[in-house]
Amino acid sequence: MQIYLPIAEVSVNVFLLLGLGGVVGVLSGLFGVGGGFIITPLLFFLGIPPGVAVATGANQVVASSVSGVLAQFKRRAVDVPMGLVLQVGGLAGAALGVWIFNRLAALGQIDLVVQLAYVVLLGSIGLLMLQESLRAMRRNRSPRPGARRKQHVHNWIQRLPLKIKFRASGLYISVIPPILIGMGVGILGAIMGVGGGFIMVPAMIYLLHMPTKVVIGTSLFQVITVSAFTTLMHAITNHSVDMLLALFLIVGGVIGAQLGSVLSGRLKAEQLRILLALLVVVVAAKLGADLLIRPADLYSIAVGKQG
Amino acid sequence: MIRALACALTLAVALAAPGHAADPPNERVVAGLGADSIGITAAFTGSQVLIYGAVKRTAPEPEDTPLDVVVTLEGPAQPLTIRKKSREMGIWVNTSKVRIAAAPSYYSVASTRPLKQILSPEADATQRISVPKALRAFEGPLEVADARPYTEAMLTIREREGLYSAHEGAVHLVEDTLFRADFALPANLTEGDYKTRIFLLRGGQVVDTFQTAIAVRRVGLERLLFVMAQDHAPVYGVLSLILAGFAGWAAAAAFRLIRN
Repeated sequence: MQIYLPIAEVSVNVFLLLGLGGVVGVLSGLFGVGGGFIITPLLFFLGIPPGVAVATGANQVVASSVSGVLAQFKRRAVDVPMGLVLQVGGLAGAALGVWIFNRLAALGQIDLVVQLAYVVLLGSIGLLMLQESLRAMRRNRSPRPGARRKQHVHNWIQRLPLKIKFRASGLYISVIPPILIGMGVGILGAIMGVGGGFIMVPAMIYLLHMPTKVVIGTSLFQVITVSAFTTLMHAITNHSVDMLLALFLIVGGVIGAQLGSVLSGRLKAEQLRILLALLVVVVAAKLGADLLIRPADLYSIAVGKQG
Repeated sequence: MIRALACALTLAVALAAPGHAADPPNERVVAGLGADSIGITAAFTGSQVLIYGAVKRTAPEPEDTPLDVVVTLEGPAQPLTIRKKSREMGIWVNTSKVRIAAAPSYYSVASTRPLKQILSPEADATQRISVPKALRAFEGPLEVADARPYTEAMLTIREREGLYSAHEGAVHLVEDTLFRADFALPANLTEGDYKTRIFLLRGGQVVDTFQTAIAVRRVGLERLLFVMAQDHAPVYGVLSLILAGFAGWAAAAAFRLIRN
């Protein structure tokens, strides 16, 4: 069954869109990532114009994150104060990121910057996570007394002002590191056209030392705000959100997100981390290969004034 | 069909503008469309376009050269950028580009016989009938020394996507008088007026031309969403978010019900 998309101006198969939304939804519920880093390239592949793919992808991320976060709320796996603090930084960062994006676009090298950012960021984050979680797994198999995780973060972080108690995370830290992390993720997210969950999740685990179970819900919580902001910006400035495309992705996505969060309750934290790490590495490898292998067609066409 | 033809005939006679003021041609073309407009609905999967017509003569038909008919269908023009990748420091990146101010989003030419046999290069150059010539009409100021490889690449890509095409022998001419051409428009159409041109050819020269347009418009839900996205962007954006939020909540609620 084909459907004509009013903004994208292409006709695509409805079931393909539902399936695509479903896969991304499962990832969203399972790992607490929005899935923007996967859905956007897949929409390009279906022939959706890049601008529409980025904007509509953001809209679908809102839906699957809402669906996922509600399931996480039920399990009390959302640190609301931490999420709010991250969002403050995230929105400031996103606004700054949009500005940087436009500066780079004016210089004419935005494509390359975005592609390299994907490969470098996804690759290094994925590999680091993979290495860390494999080590953690081995440690669990041969338990040694006293080899427990450090309870206290670096000393200088402890000495920062504006400390808040984040009960769900079991942390008593300054709001400055989460705001800075939120901001950094916001900047990268706006430049790369993603919600930034795949950067946020490792940042929460490794930089803020939040427990993995709370990380997913909290990440989803903050991804909602940032991607809603992105959607609105695109809708107003570029008119590039395709509501019909979003609808089908969303229907698939919200169901997928529910399945994903059921699955995430059954898997161990280390297993979750390894899976996410593998996924991130695979996407990075694919994008890296695209840069290294000679493309089948050296020429490409982009419709529109910009480019 | 005959009535429609007769209608088109009288209309065309009434409106016909003389092609060559000094020497009015002996043969004129009158034509009609199967449909004046095409509506793009949500279920749109492409459309058939029928263009038909007749040759009207004021004098007996010349015997020496055969009559041929060419029909072109051209979608609304769009600005576009053709990029070329090259290898820089080991990675493939877009390094150069050619911007075209306006290229047709769709171009198809149908003819009774291969264009090379029936159309002189001079006539093609002035009327811009064949696909490459039609594209040349749109080239603006260029940013690279030789833009030809870029336009050729664009031609290849768009031919592969079914957006540009030439159908030799697709115009059916009966008794050198009645003709018809069928076009299959693809599903990924752009909204706008699709210009139709008909050329009568004899001995490689254009004897008469006829022009009309088919309006391709979004209708129903497609129209509503498009207009709202353009004219009421903030409302549209907020609605998209409400849709997303509601769908997310509904799925969570539904799954809770299922599990209980």
